[in-house]
Parts: sequence; structure tokens; C-alpha cells
Amino acid sequence: MSQVTKIIPLTLTVQGGVDKEGHPDGVSEIEIAPGEIIGIVGPTGSGKSTLIADIEQFAYGDTPSGRRILINNQAPAAELRSDPRRKLVAQLSQNMHFLADMSVDEFLRMHAKSRGKDPRLAERVIALANTLTGEPVNPAFQLTILSGGQSRALMVADIAVISDSPIVLIDEIENAGIKKQEALRLLAGEGKIVVVVTHDPMLALMASRRIVMKNGGMTKVISTNEDEQRVFRDVERLDGWLTALRETIRQGEVVA
Amino acid sequence: MKMVVVAGTPGSGKTSVLMHAVKDLLRSGRSPAVVKIDCMWTEDDARFKRLQVPVAVGLAKDMCPDHYAIYNFDEMLEWAAAQGADIMLNETAGLCLRCAPYPDKALAICVIDVTTGPNSPLKVGPLLTTADAAVMTKGDLVSQAEREVFRERILEANPGCRIIEANGLSGKGSAELAQLMAGWPDISGEMVLRHNPPLAICTLCTGELRIAKEHHRGVLRHLDGFMEYTGE
Repeated sequence: MSQVTKIIPLTLTVQGGVDKEGHPDGVSEIEIAPGEIIGIVGPTGSGKSTLIADIEQFAYGDTPSGRRILINNQAPAAELRSDPRRKLVAQLSQNMHFLADMSVDEFLRMHAKSRGKDPRLAERVIALANTLTGEPVNPAFQLTILSGGQSRALMVADIAVISDSPIVLIDEIENAGIKKQEALRLLAGEGKIVVVVTHDPMLALMASRRIVMKNGGMTKVISTNEDEQRVFRDVERLDGWLTALRETIRQGEVVA
Repeated sequence: MKMVVVAGTPGSGKTSVLMHAVKDLLRSGRSPAVVKIDCMWTEDDARFKRLQVPVAVGLAKDMCPDHYAIYNFDEMLEWAAAQGADIMLNETAGLCLRCAPYPDKALAICVIDVTTGPNSPLKVGPLLTTADAAVMTKGDLVSQAEREVFRERILEANPGCRIIEANGLSGKGSAELAQLMAGWPDISGEMVLRHNPPLAICTLCTGELRIAKEHHRGVLRHLDGFMEYTGE
């Protein structure tokens, strides 16, 4: 059966670089511990995706931001940057569609192979994806005909099962058309570091801290305090109510 | 003198990736010179000139652009040396997938666009299979899973090649690429092609692998546009 990839406890450190105008980041260094969900917030164009990209490629002063990423307080080896078999990072990007002209099953098997995993994991990915989306994905479907919600659910399940990495980067899960809280819990797993770019109040408040971006720079870090946690519980209730309403309408029923 | 040949299909991002690498080379104290080969027309030289590096353009016109590049490699190297360059970067026109205009001692780079789908590495042929490095572009337009499947397909086509994920817009990967260029051994002595060109009408078309002009016959076009027939 599948090889169990043990999650190595590790810390992720982002050392500050510069913003779009070359001014130093307001946050000179931030260390993120295993099990922590950390948010990245800020207006469009403020550099959120750039920060995610810096982490994904383990920048070492070679990206426009000049930031450095450390793992366990050390610069990671070059092969950890690129070799998918040893990759420490799984990423859910903003892309909502697949371009590959392959069947769902063939693609997932090939992806498992590229990560050094058992190709039979493809079945589990599809089963999991189908718990997140209303329209079931069939293994024989061509990837390119999947809807946005189906693609997104498949990408999430693929990250949870095949790209089972200790660091998970998520760029705007709220655009998904899938059950976002369940998706986030699935992705977070046990003891993973989750970095999530978000405009969604509920996801932002689910994080223990959030990095605030402005003009390409990391300006400050806000810890979610007790007041915010109270607000989170209200938002969660509201979101549950909206989700139930959405489901009622989807099922062609009348809202009571 | 080091020599780098950058090949890849049109629109794959060769020029953008190369421009970022040129900036990195300049920052590390190198002196690159760029020769852009195209078929009918190009304005890429203007883009390179903005980086204040020596740029030459060769238009192949009626000659196969890859054959044209191969035929003129020694002239390009002489030109680059006269400009005081220590790295000659040749960007090919990128049309035919059958030719691989890679001399054995040059660093051969194949730029390949991820959005063309995971079957494309199997279609590219010697352009990819005989390259030293494959540069994957436009990876930001697909999911991580798709990038990784694409990477696996590149390795199926060319198991030994170095893969660099680059982004022509943000400059991602260019530092790694520039490092690879700067660390490549200097060219020396006679060079031969890594792969035979397809059959057609000049000596290159009939399988000549040697680079120097004296080995070639047929209707041939020089870098300066002069065309001549050499032969019996």
C-alpha cells in the first residue's frame, strides 16, 4: 500500500526583504511553528502572492523581494527546492482549472509517481474530492472538462493525499465553490504549517496570526486575540447559516 | 568564452527568461553578449539593448533558421569576443522541433511552456532530449500537481537533464539559470552537433556535424545577409 510519509516537525522562518520601492519589510523575521495556521492579508496587489511564491521556492535572496526562507533555522538544500519526491511544500494556487489533456485517473497516477508515491492513491484522491463538491468527479473524465468546483476539490484532495507535505500554502481558498472550512481542515492535517492568503473573515480569524501586506512589504503581524476569537465564533455561525441556505436553494427546495 | 544556446518553441518565454538571466549575469560581474536569431523579423534586440549589453540580430530569411544559426556559430563567437564578452548567448528562432542546434561544448537550454500540457515534452524531440537543462515557464498558470506531472514527463524524455522552474514575468529561476551559465566550462577546439539535422538541401541537411564554414556547401546565408552558393 501507500508509503507513509512521516511529517518531520519543522519550523518555517521568513526573513524580511524589501517592498516594491526597496524599503525594508516592517517585519524583519517571523518564525512559524508546526501546527500553526498563519494568514496573509492585504489589498489586491499588496504582495500576498509574491510572499507565498517566496516561501514555495525557498527564496534565498534571489527573488525581487530579497527575502530568505529558513527551515529549522537553516537554508534548505537545493534539492528540497525542486525535487517533488523531497518537496516540503504543497501549494494550492489560485488556478481553478487544469490544462493537461489527460484523464483524471491518468493524471493522478502520474502525479503520485512524480512524488514517489503509490499510483493507487488516485482512487483515494477522487473519493475525498467527492466529499467536498456537489458534482461527483469520475476517474475517466478528461481533466479539462471539470468545473471550477470539481477542479478545486480535486486539487485540495490531491494535496491532502499525494502532496502530503509538512508545509501547505493556500492562495485564496474562498474562490473555490467548495466547502472551504472542511477543505482547510483537510489541508491542515496533523502538525502541518498552513499559510493561507485570504480576504475571508472566517479563514483569517481561524489563523492564530496574520501577516499584513502593503505595497509588496510585510508591514506587521497581528495575533488573533480573545475579542477576535469571539467574533470568529459569530462569523462561523453566520457562515453555517449561509451554507445551509445555499444547500437548500441548490437542492431546489423553498427556504423556510 | 562560454557559449549558451537557448532553444524552445515560439512564445515559450525564451526572451523573457534570458533577459532576467542577463541581468543576473551582469550583477555577478560577467560580460554577456546576445545573438538573437529569427526568421523574418524581430524586435527582441531592442529589449536586450535596454539592458546595455551587446546585441546582434541574424535573420535567416530563406534558410532554415536552425541551420542558419549553426552555420554562423563561429562568426557569432568572433563577434562576441570582439565585444569583450565572456559569454555568448544565442537565442534561436524556435520553430522546427526536428533540429537541435546544440554544439557539444555549449550549454544547451530548452525553454518549454508548461501550459502546452504534459504530453508536449514527449513531442519536442532532440530539442529537449539532447539539452543540458530544461527551463519550465508559465508554471504560475497551472496547479502545483500539473507542474510536477510536467516535470516527470521532461525526465521521461531526458532523464539526466537539470530542470529549472522559471517565470519570465517575475524573474523566478533566473538566478539559478545564470549560475548554471556562469559555471559552464569554456568552449575549446572543434565543436560538433549533438544530434544530426534532418535531410534537406545543404551540407547540414545531409548530416554535416562540424561547425566551421569551410565544411559547408550549398546555398548559404551569412550573418550580414550575404547569400552565396558554395560547391561544384
